[in-house]
Amino acid sequence: MADEPLVLGIETSCDETGVGIVRGTTLLANEIASSVDEHARFGGVVPEVASRAHLEAMVPTMRRALEKAGISLSDVDALAVTAGPGLAGALLVGVAAAKAYALALDKPLYGVNHLSAHVAVDVLEHGALPQPCVALLVSGGHSSLLLVPDVTNDVKPLGSTVDDAAGEAFDKVARVLGLPFPGGPHIDRVAREGDAAFATFPRGKADDGTLDFSFSGLKTAVARWIEARERAGEPVPVADVAASFQEAVADVLTAKAITACREHGVDNLLIGGGVAANSRLRVLAQERCDKAGITLRVPRPGLCTDNGAMVAALGAQLVDAGRRPSALDLPADSSLPITEVLV
Amino acid sequence: MLLAFDTATPAVTVAVRDDHRVRAERAVVDARRHGELLGPGIGQVLAEAGVSPSDLTKIAVGVGPGPFTGLRVGLVTARAMADALGIPVVGVCTLDVLAADVVCGAPFLVATDARRREVYWATYDEKGLRTDGPHVGRPAELVWSGLAFGAGALQYHDVFKSAHGPHFPSAATLCALVAEGRVTILEPQPLYLRRPDAVEPGARKAVTPA
Ligand SMILES: [Zn+2]
Repeated sequence: MADEPLVLGIETSCDETGVGIVRGTTLLANEIASSVDEHARFGGVVPEVASRAHLEAMVPTMRRALEKAGISLSDVDALAVTAGPGLAGALLVGVAAAKAYALALDKPLYGVNHLSAHVAVDVLEHGALPQPCVALLVSGGHSSLLLVPDVTNDVKPLGSTVDDAAGEAFDKVARVLGLPFPGGPHIDRVAREGDAAFATFPRGKADDGTLDFSFSGLKTAVARWIEARERAGEPVPVADVAASFQEAVADVLTAKAITACREHGVDNLLIGGGVAANSRLRVLAQERCDKAGITLRVPRPGLCTDNGAMVAALGAQLVDAGRRPSALDLPADSSLPITEVLV
Repeated sequence: MLLAFDTATPAVTVAVRDDHRVRAERAVVDARRHGELLGPGIGQVLAEAGVSPSDLTKIAVGVGPGPFTGLRVGLVTARAMADALGIPVVGVCTLDVLAADVVCGAPFLVATDARRREVYWATYDEKGLRTDGPHVGRPAELVWSGLAFGAGALQYHDVFKSAHGPHFPSAATLCALVAEGRVTILEPQPLYLRRPDAVEPGARKAVTPA
């Protein structure tokens, strides 16, 4: 529909420069420039390297998105940008760029929460969000369970990781297994050939009665197991270890997500973030949701990883809800609380 | 109509100039809030000058050297505004802008704070033409006994015995330099002068004690 808001979203919270364009709940463009290759040799995202890459990628990514959507900047009704949480210097590049576009075009700007955007993006794939829903957001930067009565202004934290993010555990275990960075896709790939029941690794905080996660102990247990093998001069069964590790992560994530739904009487679960691309997590979540009578929504991988379309999608919902845009002195906030959807 | 700004020092400085003169300018000194100050600063300067963004024909931006985070705020703002308006954007070395406000009739050095007990610096001849730099380094390791200007010189006055203001570059000066063609024009690329702090991991450390 032509009267739906045309919203442009900018995302720079980590190592992806994302520009997305939506009209209402219709995706028009989702362009991404990633600096992941520049971080690979450091085994993790280097903030200054990411920030430099964002500066270089911003305008070219914007141009590609506009071309893909077949619109010009003057057609845009509003802009949205990730204001936090994320890497401070990286966020700042996106926020400054968004302000510059908003100022030059004289359009409203919405500074939004990255985690809410991970939830809001699913409207592009599966239509209006059920209210409430529980969201499990898992990536290299976050591992959170949220109760979402209304993604435009009511998001409640239920639990989060007390140490490493789930994606970080994938990176660290990949490293001890001699697999490249980022670890997630590589572990997923080799695990397909492995036996998930080969070793039983610890499920951190599995039975502690909270909705929090812990992956640090798991990571250490895997490293110890491998070292013991190496000391004994035995070969390391990489595929089996990867599958067993992945099983432990998927098990604890999905178990707690189902518990969260039950505890809050919610029958819709949404999974987002880069780790949502993990094939075992998706299969296990579906099995357990089916058994529990919960409807599972997982956006396609390109909308799960960090991207601009998710920011645009949340922006469009904020415009629709009649929320007031952000001021031009909007700060980038690396530790923006989950409860603040709009800054 | 030329819009100019610089965020490579603690000063967030903005000015707008027509064919003849600077119509409005504004500077706020706050080393930690470039991202919050620049957007509103541009908005205020344009409003005060009675200029709308669509009246702009060119943007000039200080490209440093300067602390990275603040520097990038200026550069991405300049590139994005120029992209939105379809107008050119040019870069100028921040130290050249500061040097243009120095009146001394002798060779001189300009320095700004580079943090980590270092300064960004360049030297100029008596006509104000850059003779060396920009560089980054420790003040004590600089062999310079002449006149020195800028916040970096004033901060290390034990080394720069004859340190003077101006402390920071002025966007009004940046406007004048560009409008009158009195400065070297650069690409709108940041002069970082330092590589990112990042170390490649060495051999994996065992978690089990040997
Ligand atoms: Zn994310």
